[in-house]
Amino acid sequence: MPSLTINGSATNFDVPDDMPLLWVLRDVAGLTGTKFGCGVSLCGACTIHLDGEAVRSCVTPVSSAVGKKIVTIEAVGLDPVGARVQDAWRQVDVVQCGYCQSGQVMSATALLTKTPKPSDADIDTAMAGNICRCGTYNRIRAAIKIAAATPGTPS
Amino acid sequence: MRLADTTPLTSRRRFLQVGAATGGGLLIGFSLFGCEQKKPADRKTPPSEKAVGAAATAETNRAPGLAPNAFIRIDRDGLVTLIMHKVEMGQGTFTSMPMLLAEELGVDLAKVRLEQAPADNNLYSDPMLGGQVTGGSTSVRGAWKPLREAGAAARSVLVSAAAQTWQVDASTLTAANGAVTHAATGRTLGYGELVDAAAKLPAPKNVKLKDAAAFTLIGKAHKRLDSPDKTNGKALFGIDARLPNMGIATVAASPVAGGKLASADEAKAMAVKGVRQVLKIDGAVAVVADHMWAAKQGLAALAPTWDDGPNKAMASGALVADMMAASKKPGAVAQNKGDAIKSLGQAGRKLDAVYELPYLAHATMEPMNCTVDLRADGCDLWVGTQVPSLAQGATAKLTGLPLEKVKVHNFYLGGGFGRRLEVDYVTQAVSFAKLMKGPVKFIWTREEDIQHDMYRPYYVDRLSARLDAKGMPAAWFHRVTGSSIMARFAPAAMKDGVDPDAVEGARELQYTIPDMRVEYVRHESPVATAFWRGVGPTHNVFVVESFVDELAFAARQDPLAYRRQLSAKSPRLLRVLNLAAEKSGWGQPLKPIAGRRVGRGVSAQFAFGSFMAQVAEVSVGADGEVRVHRVVCALDCGQVVNPDTVVAQMEGGIVFGLTAALWGQVTFDKGRVQQSNFGDYRMMRINEAPKVEVHIVASTDEPGGIGEPGTAAISPAVTNAVFAATGKRIRKLPIDQAALKKA
Repeated sequence: MPSLTINGSATNFDVPDDMPLLWVLRDVAGLTGTKFGCGVSLCGACTIHLDGEAVRSCVTPVSSAVGKKIVTIEAVGLDPVGARVQDAWRQVDVVQCGYCQSGQVMSATALLTKTPKPSDADIDTAMAGNICRCGTYNRIRAAIKIAAATPGTPS
Repeated sequence: MRLADTTPLTSRRRFLQVGAATGGGLLIGFSLFGCEQKKPADRKTPPSEKAVGAAATAETNRAPGLAPNAFIRIDRDGLVTLIMHKVEMGQGTFTSMPMLLAEELGVDLAKVRLEQAPADNNLYSDPMLGGQVTGGSTSVRGAWKPLREAGAAARSVLVSAAAQTWQVDASTLTAANGAVTHAATGRTLGYGELVDAAAKLPAPKNVKLKDAAAFTLIGKAHKRLDSPDKTNGKALFGIDARLPNMGIATVAASPVAGGKLASADEAKAMAVKGVRQVLKIDGAVAVVADHMWAAKQGLAALAPTWDDGPNKAMASGALVADMMAASKKPGAVAQNKGDAIKSLGQAGRKLDAVYELPYLAHATMEPMNCTVDLRADGCDLWVGTQVPSLAQGATAKLTGLPLEKVKVHNFYLGGGFGRRLEVDYVTQAVSFAKLMKGPVKFIWTREEDIQHDMYRPYYVDRLSARLDAKGMPAAWFHRVTGSSIMARFAPAAMKDGVDPDAVEGARELQYTIPDMRVEYVRHESPVATAFWRGVGPTHNVFVVESFVDELAFAARQDPLAYRRQLSAKSPRLLRVLNLAAEKSGWGQPLKPIAGRRVGRGVSAQFAFGSFMAQVAEVSVGADGEVRVHRVVCALDCGQVVNPDTVVAQMEGGIVFGLTAALWGQVTFDKGRVQQSNFGDYRMMRINEAPKVEVHIVASTDEPGGIGEPGTAAISPAVTNAVFAATGKRIRKLPIDQAALKKA
């Protein structure tokens, strides 16, 4: 019975070791902010943070998350960088249908945590794994730049 | 919500009701339809759009009527609730609709709350579509007048209530920011303090709407109201529905249309921990489990095999060959102006071309899903749908339940694009639910979603034109061949064998051409077809604007100047062409890119009530790879409600159309769809997205649609740019980039 630390609290889950985190989060823990898009790490809708790294939860087995800190979209705003990203997203009005945006925000937060002043090429590399069918890409880029330019506490 | 103590008054133009809300507060009921039948010519509903509503009416046997069909409630604390008759799928209705209301009501947008309307084709029909449908780029166009009128009516009774309270003439009062003020005495009452008195007043007979110059909200950029929840995980989509002890199921339908289940290892599936039940219906199986992972493992263990049935040999090559053959036969006449056939035979330069467009999947980011709780006494659906009343009607039919016992709980849609105008994923879920007890959420995997979509039809278009001595088209012939979505979706829309959607954007051009004939050949195959963002125009604008480009080239004229000449009688199209030319720097040389061929292309269109011109800048690598660097989009969509939403819809619509033009195609072999996920059904990504510049013409004309035009106009702008760069005319989508390899 794996014990997982999700958004700061530790819980035991009666799930198989090979179960992808995505379904533990959505169907067992009830955290539906993390989205299912492709199931094979091609779209980024399910992006979460595992010890601060952006990972695709649809291909991350529970067993590999044991002992690590899991952060989802529901709690990323508690992180100062995450909060800045969310603010920038709202300033620019990035979202349309919004379905992919949890993953976009998680990827952008991980990027800015590692690379506080990303170049366009950095943004391409970090964000190319996140598909947005509504085509909000230019706004995502603009929002990341705003978040990067916003003074804030480095995490 | 009920209208209690209502005072119904049929005004000359709209049917309005004023009443008291249960527990206090003011209710305004009104008809989105009104009594107006006549609309300005350039925003009349294309028959294709109307037919979508007709389908909802047929399915529910509930015709949209004059009964008040939208409700506004103002509480004693001044909060305004608007029952939303439209769904939010990214297009911004949850911001633009309350803006219309708040503008005339005189409240801050923050005071307006939205409640999703239940399924009710009678009460919540769109006036343009004639059904409870979100689609066809109609939301603002349809609600533009009635929502403002309702806001003005509510303000009017609130002002009257204040006048009565203070015993002053209503004309001495002003209403703004949620309060009525008597300037002479400095007295002010908030709307919340006036609602009970206002509820006792009769509905106003007439309301005066603000002049555009007096707008304080409309036309000013306003932040999307759904933005906070869509960036913190709180926004709920259909797939997020959760119910106590709910099962989660995943589905496999026969990979070949019309196939039947041959075998399935039920015992092995049931042996997977967490699996609760295996469900079998005609042509599909589902595994219900505690969670999606167990359901997926269960389905893998079930290992269904299929008897492929009559379509087992279906393959793209033969499908297209059949369509090609069909396209050579005369079709039903959709347009016949002058005598194009005779004119084509006369002297002058003659051009012929055949265009092809592929089957396309919608690939909404949120895969198809539906949660069902079917009981003996009723059925609840939790789902994201563009057609709540259609989902309700289809479920009632399938279960034998009375319509009102079927409740549809609608959610944010994780993309619609026309996919969620269909209810196949709802009826499938309900069919499964008949075999079990308790609530269950059916989720399609991405593979299931791509392989069991209802596809944008494959089209073959044959065109001919004859140029006059000045190089302008004297005769134009266009024959569209393809599956008819309308014949299935709304047969009543078919007229004289013509599917109005299939020829939309081809039948009526803004260009002046003396002799013109447009034909339609309906050609069906076993492939299920459906509406796809931009519908008819997305197909026809590509064909028409590409062929016009061919004519310009044959006439040795600049393609933009050529379109200007053709648009001489369409001042609004001419204006966007000129604007696009100016902003794009048309005519000035493009900056060279080492090792790449560069080019610029233009397209122009009138669709969904909006005029648009786009200029695309592309480069083509030695290997043939096409990159789109910059798109300039000039748009006249009449009066703009939320300018930033208009810009966003252009940006997004362009990416959507571009994705299809560069890579989109669904193909078949051995009866099966050959694509399965984003690996082989490619999506544009951030590193591939062009810079998009949107220029909006200031206008107070009736609003035009904005959700779809951007998608329709982009592909010809890009392929015309590819021609400018390489000299290769693209007559088939997606662009065969390997064929653009430098010799």
